Parts: sequence; C-alpha cells; structure tokens
Amino acid sequence: MASAEGNWLLTGVAAAAVALAAFYAVHAAYDWSDERIAANERARVVARLNSVLEPALRGRDLTTTRLAVVDEEHLGTAAPVDVFVLTDRGAPMATVFAAVAPHGYNAAIDLLIGVAPIGTVTGVRAVRHRETQGLGDAIDVAKSDWMLQFDSKALTAPALEHWAIEQDEGEFDAISGATVTSRAVVTAVKNTLLYFDAHRDELYTRAAEAAAATNEP
Amino acid sequence: MTPTTSSWHEATAPLWRNNMALAQLLGLCPLLAVTTTVVNGVALGLASAVVVVIASTTMSALKRALTPAARLAVALTLLVALVTVVDMLTQAVFYDLHGSLGIFVPLIVVNSGLLAHAENVASRRSVAFTFLSALATGLGFLLAFIALGAFREIVGHGTLLSGIELLAGERSRSLTIELPVGGMLVAILPPGAFFGMGLLLALRNRLSRAAPRDATPPGTLR
Repeated sequence: MASAEGNWLLTGVAAAAVALAAFYAVHAAYDWSDERIAANERARVVARLNSVLEPALRGRDLTTTRLAVVDEEHLGTAAPVDVFVLTDRGAPMATVFAAVAPHGYNAAIDLLIGVAPIGTVTGVRAVRHRETQGLGDAIDVAKSDWMLQFDSKALTAPALEHWAIEQDEGEFDAISGATVTSRAVVTAVKNTLLYFDAHRDELYTRAAEAAAATNEP
Repeated sequence: MTPTTSSWHEATAPLWRNNMALAQLLGLCPLLAVTTTVVNGVALGLASAVVVVIASTTMSALKRALTPAARLAVALTLLVALVTVVDMLTQAVFYDLHGSLGIFVPLIVVNSGLLAHAENVASRRSVAFTFLSALATGLGFLLAFIALGAFREIVGHGTLLSGIELLAGERSRSLTIELPVGGMLVAILPPGAFFGMGLLLALRNRLSRAAPRDATPPGTLR
C-alpha cells in the first residue's frame, strides 16, 4: 500500500500509461471510423437526391457529377458546398445544391435544393436540422407539407421582391410559431436560385469537364 | 474475490434501490434531453453503460498506483478518451441514430453520475466489486432511459420502438408498434421530460416504500 502522500513516481507512470493508451485508442477509432463517417454522410445525401428531383426524373439512370463550390453569401456557409449536376448523355437535367440556411432557430439547417435547367425549384428537403420539435420541425416533410410549397417556384414566380414569408410581405406561408425557421428556409432557397441564375453555365461546363475527365482512360 | 452476499447487495444497489438517475438524481441532463423515443434512450443508455464499466473498472485496477490528487485527472482522461471513441464508432456504424442523439453522445463525458462512480467507488473497492457496481449503474441508467423514453414515446408519438431499424437494422422495422393513443405533443417537448421524470420518481418511491428501504438516503454520494 502506498503511503498517505502516495507514490508520485508510480502515479506518473500509471497516468502516462493511461494517457498513452487513451491516445492510441482514440487514434485507432479515428482511423477506423473516419472514412466510414464520410461515406455515411455522402450516402445519406445521395440517397435523398431523388427526393428533390421532378417526379419524371426520379429513378432514372442519370449521371451524377459532384462539384464543390464556395459562396457564403448565397449558399450559407464558408465551407465548400456540394453541388450535384445530373445529366443524361451530356444534357443537364437537374442541379441539386446541398445548401445551408445559416439562420435556423437553433442552428444552421442543411438543405437539399433541386433546380431544373430552366431555373424552377423541383424540390426542397431539410436533411439536417435542430429546429424545435413540434414547431420548427414542420420543415421535415415527414411532419408537414410546408416544404412542398417551393415546388415549381422560380426567381420570376413569385417576383424576387415577394420571395419572403407573408409577415415580410412575401408570398410564402410561414409555419405558425416558427417564423424564424420559415424565414431562414425561404431566404436560403431564394439565395440558391440567385446563385444558380448567375452560375448555371459555369456549373454545367465544370460538370461536363469533370465527366469527361473520368471517362478518359 | 467472490463478493459476499452483503457486498453483492451493495454492488447491485445502483440498479434500482440506489439508481443514479431515479434515486440519486444524477446525470439528468442527457436523460431528460434524448428520451423522446425508446430507441434514443436505449442507444444513449448503452453508450453510457459501456463507458462507466470500462472507466470505473480501469480506475479500480489503478487505485494503488495513483495518489488521490492525481485520481480525478486520470479518471477524466480516461472518460474523455472513451467517450470520443464511442462517439466516433456510433457515427461510423449507427450514423442516422447518432444524428438523432446529437450532442448528447459527446456529453456523456460530463455525466456527473459516471464520474462520481469512477471516482468514489473505484477508489475504495476491489476490481470485481467495481465492475459489478459499474454494470449495475450502467444498467440502472439504461432502465431509467427506457422507462422515460417509453412513457414519452407512447404519450407523445403514439408509437413504441419507432426508429428501431436505426439500431438493429432494416429487418427489425416491423417491431415498431403503432398505438391508437398518443399525440400529446407536450410529452416530447422538454416540459414533458420533467412531467415524465416526476411521475417516474413518484412510481419509484411508491414501489420502494413497499420494499425495505436502502440504508443510504437518496442523493447521497457513495
């Protein structure tokens, strides 16, 4: 038994052993899980791409090209945002943005926004959010149809100044009790459409180049 | 090393008689926050149980090597590493479930009940006793998580075991039970957690009045 003050040498050795073991355990767990986590994240987004396409395109065998773009003002985050360009034998059929609504009530809301080549919205889904249960979580299509009101809207319909919720003299319904959430999502969809409008040709060119690069031997 | 009857009695006390959550009222934050469904409760309860068993048993094995002043720092190092590992592994294997548990997997590290166990019991008792007691503590937590999760899920969602496929694979989806009752939103919201907790405490007090009382008054750190 150690004395009342304890044996500091022994303590040091034991503490160092624990620290070393902890280090290796965390390192090994990171090595093992890092790629799996990234793959899970990608799989979840890709699995949900279909949900924001127009019904005629769902389940069709389209070529999906993933691009990463940075535009904090329009896409809601300073980090690169995944943009999926879906093509059929080279012809762009749809573009899906993994955009972020930065001003959700509790945290940023990760969205998936599908845009047709003519610039109309084909679908919006919240893929990750922390909105209040029973109020803001109505953005989840499993809970309410609120998200469906964006379908077939475009920058010209409604006019740009009406791309807001009713309370802000806009044309979109707000979820009752969740004005902040509603405003965040409407603004994010509008900004994504603005981005698409300004960068459509650039996105299509980049996607075509990326597709060509993977096809070459 | 075989525990005697009385130390067996003492080591298993955290399972029910001296349950961390229901008798000592420790570690309530994750309990109240994630128990919107049974599956969420089971997931976090299991994660907490794994952490406390490994951390406390290791601390007990090291108790002669560590001076009292260093014990807390080593216990924290151990807990932090374990929780980080559990967090990464759940994200890799149960990705969607991890999403619904959110911040509360990493927050296991600040569960006062687990730290109290790794510090108090492990520093005074044998490895076997500590292991048993940690297991009882973990299962006791799990029990509280399941009870509160079931109450809130039934009253709030009108289902039981929804989301089980996130934990046990797609084939278990059919285990989800739809009940003809429920839909009382308040049960899922934070106030509902407190209502449920209150009812659970009342139930526990009622049941343990019939049984002989534990010598340790509730709320006492052991």
